[in-house]
Amino acid sequence: MNKNGKNVLLVGVGGQGTILASKLLSEGLLALGYDVKMSEIHGMAQRGGSVSTHVRYGARVYSPVMGAGEADVLVAFEKMEALRWLSYLSPEGMLIVNNHEIYPMPVILGMSEYPARLEETLAEAATRMLLIEAADEAAALGNPRVSNVVLLGAVVKCLGLEDPCWAETLRSCVPPHALQVNERAFRKGLSLV
Amino acid sequence: MRELMTGNEAIARGAWEAGCHVAAAYPGTPSTEILENVSRYKEIYSEWSTNEKVSLEVVSGASMAGARAMCAMKHVGLNVAADPFFTMSYIGVNGGLVIVDADDPGLFSSQNEQDNRWYALHAKLPMLEPSDSQECLDFMKAAFDISERFDTPVLLRVTTRICHSKSVVETGERMERHIREYTRNPAKNAMLPVFAKAKHYLVEKRLLDLREFNETSPFISYVEGDKEIGVLTSGVGYQHSREALGDRVSYLKLGMTWPLPEKTIRDFASKVKKLWIVEENDAFIEGAVRGMGIACSGKDALPLVDELSPALIAKAILGTKPSSGPDTGIAPPNRPPLLCAGCPHRGLLFAMSKKKDLVVMGDIGCYGLGSMPPLNVGESTICMGAGFSAVVGFQKAQEKAGRSQKVFGILGDSTFFHSGITGLIDAVVNKSRGVFVILDNRITAMTGQQENPGTGRTLMGEETTALDIPRLCAACGVKEDHIHVVDPYNLKACRDAVDVAYAAEETSVIVTTRPCALIKEVQKSRASLHCVVDAEKCVLCSSCLKLGCPAITKQEGRIVIDSVACNGCSLCVQVCPKQAISREGELHE
Repeated sequence: MNKNGKNVLLVGVGGQGTILASKLLSEGLLALGYDVKMSEIHGMAQRGGSVSTHVRYGARVYSPVMGAGEADVLVAFEKMEALRWLSYLSPEGMLIVNNHEIYPMPVILGMSEYPARLEETLAEAATRMLLIEAADEAAALGNPRVSNVVLLGAVVKCLGLEDPCWAETLRSCVPPHALQVNERAFRKGLSLV
Repeated sequence: MRELMTGNEAIARGAWEAGCHVAAAYPGTPSTEILENVSRYKEIYSEWSTNEKVSLEVVSGASMAGARAMCAMKHVGLNVAADPFFTMSYIGVNGGLVIVDADDPGLFSSQNEQDNRWYALHAKLPMLEPSDSQECLDFMKAAFDISERFDTPVLLRVTTRICHSKSVVETGERMERHIREYTRNPAKNAMLPVFAKAKHYLVEKRLLDLREFNETSPFISYVEGDKEIGVLTSGVGYQHSREALGDRVSYLKLGMTWPLPEKTIRDFASKVKKLWIVEENDAFIEGAVRGMGIACSGKDALPLVDELSPALIAKAILGTKPSSGPDTGIAPPNRPPLLCAGCPHRGLLFAMSKKKDLVVMGDIGCYGLGSMPPLNVGESTICMGAGFSAVVGFQKAQEKAGRSQKVFGILGDSTFFHSGITGLIDAVVNKSRGVFVILDNRITAMTGQQENPGTGRTLMGEETTALDIPRLCAACGVKEDHIHVVDPYNLKACRDAVDVAYAAEETSVIVTTRPCALIKEVQKSRASLHCVVDAEKCVLCSSCLKLGCPAITKQEGRIVIDSVACNGCSLCVQVCPKQAISREGELHE
């Protein structure tokens, strides 16, 4: 594949804030001077279905989507979603996993089982993996809803994109009353890598 | 200014910059956000129309009166709007008229994968296909100019990947336009047979003029690479191809894909050794190119079904093996979308699920999710409104066959206004014994909370009349004692209504009356309400789990209710045989 930039795949469950995290990431990349494309499938985002967002950046990006084996960073906001999208991870790619479980209806109804010892399975399959307790980190910061921004901080650090411009990106995308806690969540995420 | 925009945002921006005056739509994924974004520009009158046909007729009137006008719809919406679409092609425009059509290759949120490029060919209209957000903006502006120059409606065709992908856009300013003069002209605007026949000649001539225009239009771009292979493509297929093939091929990218520029295509084909056509779904361009007698490859190696991707294109054209990532060999359980915690559809669907010997015709909307486990209510989805009309025929066939099962139809308030009401009138007049259920949650929920005729507010935020569904049903001829209005948070009321309607010998209607749990005011008023389980009393019978509520799970041998997700609808309290669940918190009106 003709590859001039990097690919980030964000996956999770509808309602977890993957879309805001993807938006922040894309806006930040634009501010850093990259060409950026982001593609999301959000038709069912509010209904608890599996959701994914492709973010691609570089000098010039054509296709808005990446293929299997092409994600430089795969960040899963939910553990089982990491398993579902694992084939998108590139051989040298970084897998970031939020150590958080959300049971889908087939599991709630006892029709199937949530995979056991998932952290071990994922760690064996991925060359590099980072397990993050984003929910705990966010709760410690005083707002469980900012776990998405904790994960974003970790992604930015993994990509080697720390830059003062992220503060401005947060300011422009997050409502003023929630800005401070999001800034702290972002810094927390940076520190986890 | 340079900003990141989705295709839908850029289409709205393009309409605004082009000086559009009137815009209308009925919501439908992936097109919904176009009108939501248009409505932010106060210079444009914008509305949610009752259905797609109405939206096209509204903007046809506006164009006739001299305004620049646009409508937007998903692919199946254009089926609904096809009637005015074909005749507006004959009538043409006064102010520019653009119809935005959003197809859904890959069926992310649709009941079929139809390729609407055929509509341009069929209705003899020009079609533009942007390949990224910048082109969405630019082509939208150009579409209005083409419309006025050639006296034709223009079809701007996009797909889910274009609508919902963000890319960098350079925006401009609005070009304010006067609404053109209107003069009475029946020969142009009244399609009586005598006038329409004359118009058909003009339409054929217009198509030739448009073809000539396309040959030298700015919508054609030629990218020179290796001449061994030439790729003729458009839309997102172009972006995927550039990604996959780089400069190993030469490209002819078309922005206007109907009528096709035959001379340009012949010229390109003669420059390359082998010609490939890269397009999603049908062989629309390929068929036309073969019709020109030009040899090419396309659907012999590329799929007719689902989206394209760079990997699929590289495999077909270069024989490249697709890359792959780690494989654990473990398949995770599915994660199907669900009815939300506190969804007001759940109560009546649950009551129906307990009634055996029912056939349930479904429709398009959140209630379609009720057809999955554990509720399993609903067995058909055809199109908007068929949830009612199909009941009439199914019930008549049942009766002829001597089968006893009763037939129910379910649809929502927005669908009822869209095209369900005609099915209900058909049922009453033709003496159907079917049961017609309207899950009235006062909003168009599935597409993300758009106003409808039952909401009491317009797209532009003005208060307006909120239509009363039970009274409408009565006006359609359903007898008052066969109209059952129930609170879907009250399970007993739901069961009683289902029982009575089941036994009735005449057309019956059940209307539920709770607003969608995701409406902001509803969320606010119920924020502190939630249900809790008394572990001492709970016998783990799983009755509550059978509601299919995502807030209720079994964890480490205990039933747990997520107090944040729960809105205290209390269906679980009502199904618990041991009174182990109770509701806490307060309702804030």
